[in-house]
Amino acid sequence: MRVEAGQVHGFLGPNGSGKTTTLRTLLGLIRPDGGRMAILGHEVPGTLDQVAPQVGAIVESPQFFPHFTARDTLSLLAGAGDLPEQRVDEVLELVGLRDRAGERVKTYSLGMKQRLAVASALLKNPRLLILDEPANGLDPGGIREMRTLMRNLSEAGMTVVLSSHILGEIQLICDSVTIISLGRRVAFGPVDEVLAQHSSGAVRVRLEAVTDLPVAATALTRAGVRVTTNDDHLMLAGVDKPATVTRILAEQSLYVSELAPIAVDLESVFLELTATAPVPGQHRQVDQSVRIDGTAPSAPAGGGWGA
Amino acid sequence: MSLFRTELRRLAKRRFARWMTAGGLLVLVLVAAGMFLSNQKIGPDQLAEARQAADRQHQEQVRWAEQERANCERAKAAGENVDYYPADCAEISPPPRESIEEQWFLPSTFDFRKSFGEMLIPLAAILALVGFVVGASFVGAEWNTGGMMNLLLWRPKRLTVLLTKLGALLTGLLALALPATAAWFGSMWLVANLRGTTEGMTSGTWQSFLITGLRGIVLALVAATVGFALASLGRHTAMALGGAIAVMVVGQVGLGILLSMAQVRFAEAWLLPTYAIAWMTKTVTLQDWQACNATYTGECEPATLDITWQHSSVLFGVGIVLFLGAALWTMRRRDIT
Repeated sequence: MRVEAGQVHGFLGPNGSGKTTTLRTLLGLIRPDGGRMAILGHEVPGTLDQVAPQVGAIVESPQFFPHFTARDTLSLLAGAGDLPEQRVDEVLELVGLRDRAGERVKTYSLGMKQRLAVASALLKNPRLLILDEPANGLDPGGIREMRTLMRNLSEAGMTVVLSSHILGEIQLICDSVTIISLGRRVAFGPVDEVLAQHSSGAVRVRLEAVTDLPVAATALTRAGVRVTTNDDHLMLAGVDKPATVTRILAEQSLYVSELAPIAVDLESVFLELTATAPVPGQHRQVDQSVRIDGTAPSAPAGGGWGA
Repeated sequence: MSLFRTELRRLAKRRFARWMTAGGLLVLVLVAAGMFLSNQKIGPDQLAEARQAADRQHQEQVRWAEQERANCERAKAAGENVDYYPADCAEISPPPRESIEEQWFLPSTFDFRKSFGEMLIPLAAILALVGFVVGASFVGAEWNTGGMMNLLLWRPKRLTVLLTKLGALLTGLLALALPATAAWFGSMWLVANLRGTTEGMTSGTWQSFLITGLRGIVLALVAATVGFALASLGRHTAMALGGAIAVMVVGQVGLGILLSMAQVRFAEAWLLPTYAIAWMTKTVTLQDWQACNATYTGECEPATLDITWQHSSVLFGVGIVLFLGAALWTMRRRDIT
């Protein structure tokens, strides 16, 4: 897993696939039994204490001492990190808790606790922000605010690693993603590339005259394209370049009225890669997802640690 | 240093720590008030009253003796065989006036020199209780609510974090115990002045009291450290409190009953309170009444075993090394989940 500086990186995987364990290990909460990890150029956990002031993180559900107020909670963290008190007010404003900062955390909703958790991670104005399920419990407005916040932070130069199951959000926010299943990486790279790698290459074709569809199907099949004929359009598979289709059809004096590549979204790619799409009549168990033993076959060449 | 200051702030902000401190101080105030109300200063009036009470007691004894002698003589004259009277009724006589001591009739008074040493034991016990419970809660609640994990994300040096927390706890306890002990000295001195006596105090006595007071503070620090270490081991306040209750109920009461049933010699030597008292009073002498050490006069003296404050210090030292060592080891080795 590699995260480029200044990017928003999505870290995805089914329940129990090891996302939180990976983040905990990265942050020194779990002892690794092998492998190498580095944050901002520092190998961890060996030099974690040097890099920790530059890393803000929330891991799993937000947990705070329930009888302290949000302001007390942040103030104590700021004290431990030698930060000025003024920073507490700044992050409270940023996450929208300014007016409720004097209330005890035990009175907070899950969404408010989540905001407080994000505030605590932002408190030290980190270079790297690691957020595990930051949208948990947030209302729709809060999710949108969180998205804008992530974008703004990224534009300001902060690197953000985001673990979430809200794949629509990930697709909107993230520059790149890593998808894991049962502790192994199944895909990684820029979001567009991951989508492109796992798109079916399907193209929908409509012609001016529906009656020309059989002739068109024959011509395309002859050219090696897999064609499915429908009532008013053709579905093509295995098309590298849509321009090839227009050329073949034009040679037959057939003119297209619509040539549309069928887009895939991150959710369908995720379900396909992890094999966690629901099957009617079956109850999938938590650890039922794609198992990759040894080196990941779907990993692009040269994509290992330090690439 | 910022972490230490922050942990001190955290300790001071903890509501449980505040309530326990207030509760402990309230108990001490009640004890001091009870001492004030249950003692009186001995002056000429009290001495005169005691003399009169002793006289009255003596006169009652004289009346009783005369009545019994008369009853005895009447019974003898009637030829009744009563074995509870002596053969010679003249032997029934009242006690001499000197045998009825006037001091028996004096009201309770607080003699600072004689009694203050004992009064340092409840102070130490309350401070130790507050230290143990607050120490357990201080770290137990942090583990339980995820506060420790949050802190470790800021300060990934686990042992430094745990030891800094312990340092803050002990500093906070000292900040409570030192003024509380000073106030205890002052309030008992005041009670002695108003409701007793401070006569006979020498620099040696003062020194002895000061050292006992310091030993009480050390006892509280030991209790706080053990409570802290137990709660950190179990990652929950209940671990320490449950452990303490288990030790007291099973380990002490149960063990005490078992040892006495097995007629083990010096059973108290196996019980923790004996060592706490020995720590405060320098020595506790246990007696075995089933043994007979004959003296040259032919009397039977029980066998004795002295538990000294040195024994206690070894026990406390081993306890701290074991519990705190285990807490540090698990802090270093176990995953934070």
